[in-house]
Amino acid sequence: MTTDVTTTSESVSTKKATRDIYLPPERKKVTGGGNPHIVAKNFSIYYGDFEAVKKVSADIFSKYVTAIIGPSGCGKSTFLRAINRMNDLIPSCHTSGSLLFDGEDIYGKYTDEVLLRKKVGMVFQKPNPFPKSIFDNIAYGPRLHGMSDKKKLLEIVERSLRKAAIWDEVCDRLDKNALGLSGGQQQRLCVARTLAVEPEVLLLDEPTSALDPKATAKIEDLIQELRGSYTIMIVTHNMQQASRVSDSTMFFYEGVLVEHASTAQLFTNPKDPMTEDYITGRFS
Amino acid sequence: MNIGTRKILDRSFTAVGIGSIITMALALMVVVVPISWNGVGAVFFTGTVEHRKMLYAEFNRGDSQDLSSEVASSERYRSKVYELLSTFEAELETMAPDKKMEYTSKYSQVKIALQALLGPPPGDTAPMLTRFKYGQTRWEKAEERLHELLYESKWDNSNPEIMGKEYFVSRAVAFEGTSLAALFPYVKYNIEKMLLPEFTFYWGFITDSSVDSHFFGGIWPEIKGTFFLALGAMLFAFPLGVIAAVYFTEYAKPGFLNSTLRSANSTLAGVPSIVFGMFGLAFFINTLKVSESKSVIAGSLTLAIMILPTIIRAAEEAILSVPKTYREASLSLGSTKWNTIPTVILPAALPGILTGGVISLGRAAGETAPIIFTAAVSVGSAIGLADVFSSPTPALSWNIYNLASEHEAAAQIRHVQYGMVLALLTIVLLLNLSAIVLRARISKKLKG
Repeated sequence: MTTDVTTTSESVSTKKATRDIYLPPERKKVTGGGNPHIVAKNFSIYYGDFEAVKKVSADIFSKYVTAIIGPSGCGKSTFLRAINRMNDLIPSCHTSGSLLFDGEDIYGKYTDEVLLRKKVGMVFQKPNPFPKSIFDNIAYGPRLHGMSDKKKLLEIVERSLRKAAIWDEVCDRLDKNALGLSGGQQQRLCVARTLAVEPEVLLLDEPTSALDPKATAKIEDLIQELRGSYTIMIVTHNMQQASRVSDSTMFFYEGVLVEHASTAQLFTNPKDPMTEDYITGRFS
Repeated sequence: MNIGTRKILDRSFTAVGIGSIITMALALMVVVVPISWNGVGAVFFTGTVEHRKMLYAEFNRGDSQDLSSEVASSERYRSKVYELLSTFEAELETMAPDKKMEYTSKYSQVKIALQALLGPPPGDTAPMLTRFKYGQTRWEKAEERLHELLYESKWDNSNPEIMGKEYFVSRAVAFEGTSLAALFPYVKYNIEKMLLPEFTFYWGFITDSSVDSHFFGGIWPEIKGTFFLALGAMLFAFPLGVIAAVYFTEYAKPGFLNSTLRSANSTLAGVPSIVFGMFGLAFFINTLKVSESKSVIAGSLTLAIMILPTIIRAAEEAILSVPKTYREASLSLGSTKWNTIPTVILPAALPGILTGGVISLGRAAGETAPIIFTAAVSVGSAIGLADVFSSPTPALSWNIYNLASEHEAAAQIRHVQYGMVLALLTIVLLLNLSAIVLRARISKKLKG
């Protein structure tokens, strides 16, 4: 899309030009998706007295990719980590409001967080394979959940590695230590490891921030592959990445969910001036 | 700070650092080289025919035919000595009473010196103690005894201002004019033929029991006892220590109780080992009555209490240094804390935990004070696994101390003491070396 500089004011034209690079690509429709999978209602997260996420209400639709963007320290990672209760590791962290997964309160009194984490897998910012063989890394989850049949394990390992588009690269060295892989391969291995426990939701916490552009592209392709099979949430600093991979985008600022809309709309026609300022690079 | 000053400071610091390392290395050499040299002397030395006689009689080792031909050839030269003695004894009877008295006391000194050199004379009743059954078994000791035979040691106390000075008077001169005067040059020139010195590799020093409280024989009971005590201590302390470290790092909630426990643990690491020894006696033997009296199990338990704080601290450090991301990854896959610890945390912390363990093992092997009252005896036979609950054991650390300070013939068996020191040093060094190798191998496996 070209802009006529002579007929529009300068500021508007630069804004529009900046927005245009975020125009999401055309995507095929997802079948059987689109139901609210994770629902937040007035959900707040506190670190001690500090309110890191403030009264967020949002519906995350199943089988679609939802991106979370926002400046550093805006609470986007905190929100993501609340969904599979990884924040439990921080003793001072507590919540209010409700966060429902499949209609059940994640922070409910009788919720088994171990069972929840099995259904809501997570991939972290830095690739974190265990210092074990590639096979043992993938088989870790299934073994944990009682699978010990060697043949079935091998099946799961192969399927997971194929889904994560890394099978061809590692199929001849499954017994080698996973730390010998490159950063990008390690990250895809971590995705495969998460997929091996057959989760419903995949949380990606800045999965490409430690990777080079080539590895990043592979991870993004992988997200496209997985779209339609899993509910995916991705936290990212890279707005182009958000526009490339996601169907809807949430914009957080200082713990507040400023805007949540379809990616096309949020990047081309944001409702909130703050969103507009952020995506056009006024602040970061 | 300008670049010149910075460079000078850097260089002077480097110089000081290298200097201190060299000083430490030299100090270590000053200690280790003589110990090693003397310790090796317990195994490799110039042995006499008396050593071979002793080996055959006490350990039934050696060829009886070779030995009897050796003994026969040495007897040929020795018989002349005993002939001279009996001639002089007959001469003594014919002397005037005052002269007889003078020579009798001198002659008894000669006989004692000769017996120390060559063993009891033929026809004498066999002595009770094994140490008196044989002459000098080591050539360098034989040379000392020869000097004692040839020269009488006297002390010059004429000047009360200074300490007395030792001086030597030739016995050949003292017996001038008697038939015994011929003995001294004869022994001096034929001593090698009487003792037949030859290079000896006495491997039995490692594998033999001691004879007559370390006068002869080896240090196997001590080595075995040291292993039992140290391994026993590890058996108790290692699992307990790792469990405690896991509790401290994974389960304990920060608070007054936790910080008290931690500082108690640190204090325990600094308690003098003799206090642990007294505690072991009072608690394990007198109160718990794990055994009637001193026993390996009581010693092991005492050593275990002593090394426990070190193991806990090392394991804690190792567990804390496991990246947090491993824990997150495991939990995010639906693992429980209970499952994560043995499958992820402990394997990753293993190198550090093992290093702490093996260093503690070395310390347990080397400690003396905790086992004085709980496990150690100065002389005893090698114990078996069945004896650990009832029997005390000799141990290297305690016997080194014992030989250095309490043994009645310590001066004559310094080589045994050095041999023990070297054995203990070797054991501890080997343990530490194995820790380094183990750590390197596991780390390599973890790093891929």
